[in-house]
Amino acid sequence: MIISEAKPLAELEEALAPFGKLFLVGCAACATACKAGGEEEVFRFQEWLATQGKEATGSVVIDEACHIQRAARDLRHHAEAVKAADALVVLACGSGVQSISSNTDKRVVGALNSLFLGNVRRFGHYEEMCSLCGDCILNETAGICPLTNCAKGLLNGPCGGMRDGHCEVDAELDCAWKLIYERLQRQQRPGVFARRVPPKQWSRRRKPGRHKIR
Amino acid sequence: MSLLSQNLAAGSFVVTAEVAPPKGIDLAPVLAVAEKLQGVTAVNVTDNQGANMRLCSLVLAGELRRRGIEPVLQLTCRDRNRVALQSDLLGAAALGIENLLLLSGDHSKFGDHPDARPVFDLDAVQLLEVAAGLNRGVDMAGKPLTGVPSFFPGAAVNPAAEPFELVLQKVRKKVDSGARFFQTQAVFSRSELERLATAVAPLGVPVLAGVLLVRSAKMARFLNANIPGMRVPDDVIARFDSAADPMLEGMAMARETVGWARELCQGVHLMTLGHEEKIPEIL
Repeated sequence: MIISEAKPLAELEEALAPFGKLFLVGCAACATACKAGGEEEVFRFQEWLATQGKEATGSVVIDEACHIQRAARDLRHHAEAVKAADALVVLACGSGVQSISSNTDKRVVGALNSLFLGNVRRFGHYEEMCSLCGDCILNETAGICPLTNCAKGLLNGPCGGMRDGHCEVDAELDCAWKLIYERLQRQQRPGVFARRVPPKQWSRRRKPGRHKIR
Repeated sequence: MSLLSQNLAAGSFVVTAEVAPPKGIDLAPVLAVAEKLQGVTAVNVTDNQGANMRLCSLVLAGELRRRGIEPVLQLTCRDRNRVALQSDLLGAAALGIENLLLLSGDHSKFGDHPDARPVFDLDAVQLLEVAAGLNRGVDMAGKPLTGVPSFFPGAAVNPAAEPFELVLQKVRKKVDSGARFFQTQAVFSRSELERLATAVAPLGVPVLAGVLLVRSAKMARFLNANIPGMRVPDDVIARFDSAADPMLEGMAMARETVGWARELCQGVHLMTLGHEEKIPEIL
């Protein structure tokens, strides 16, 4: 899921300074799971707004804020409250913010920072394991993505900064290439070490991404 | 053919040194240092080392070349994508630069622009292949070049890194990708150098052992804390702690390391960090 966290309050205070009445939008998918934009956080945000002398005209937690049509529908269901607001505050990832902003000409204030596509280690602990590169080599790397788990995204083995199997950038982390190497050894196969991996085809990751199921 | 490639091919004990481009545009001091170097076949020019922004290595390497000092151009994958890397390599060839040290590069986190976006569009293995391709007269897109470079590409290896078998996997890939020599990160242990030299010997690629002039225990601790891939062992730090004159101790240690290199590999790469006048004494 998309891992997100609340923006610092000072930044939000500044962003919301021009507005007195706000409509709040949360997301029932990722932002709820990582406790950044679910029912609870929307409610707490509403309480915080009150302490700032601001009024919430209403709120909605959209099933998946990234679903553009669904977001449009939910905003229509709350048309009066939306209309009464000076701006909308969105407690969802950047995708969610843009679903909302593409459905209204009102000012939209994003209340979260989107961090990464994350796995859940345990509640509240998220780890990035996939960079959505469009050119996956996991089948060769024993199911450990070097593009993501190596701080430099190296494709042909560890850098010279590896220290006792740990990463030069964060000594708390195992070197991704050490993990790949050890798991391939346990699987008794050379995997990615059998060939020189060519440069990534970044053309597959051209922005903005578009995909249609055929 | 570069002097470095000739001397390595001839089997003579080769010495390289290292200079860093300035933070600024005055090249006079570093050129003066380079011109005074003695007993050195070629001089590495570092590329925004430690991810600290400095004048580009290509320009300083070109200026050395113009003065008859043979450079080893260091080029990292950290700050340039494949287009810029190839473009810089062609520029280097046009300036008569042949020796290359192709590196991944220390992470941007360590430098003075930690908010920079690290590039790493290629890794060092891939960049070595690119240099080999350019030597064959084609770029990464398979397009022909007018005028063909004659690069002598080298690569880095950290003899102290563990697990060593994993390091060796990469060394083999680098050789397969066209690495013609290795310069190692700083060596502080004879057994580690021996382990590396023994492993690389069958690959037929010469190794220049990295010799770092450590001047004090404080400096050693700083290096350990701040320089990726650098590990001055505790017993070495202890030698400095108990030394009456740490600089003399550092010189003794550097001479000792050069001795191991004379015995075990094909040369040394001296990192004297501003004390280049000590080189003849170290050798």
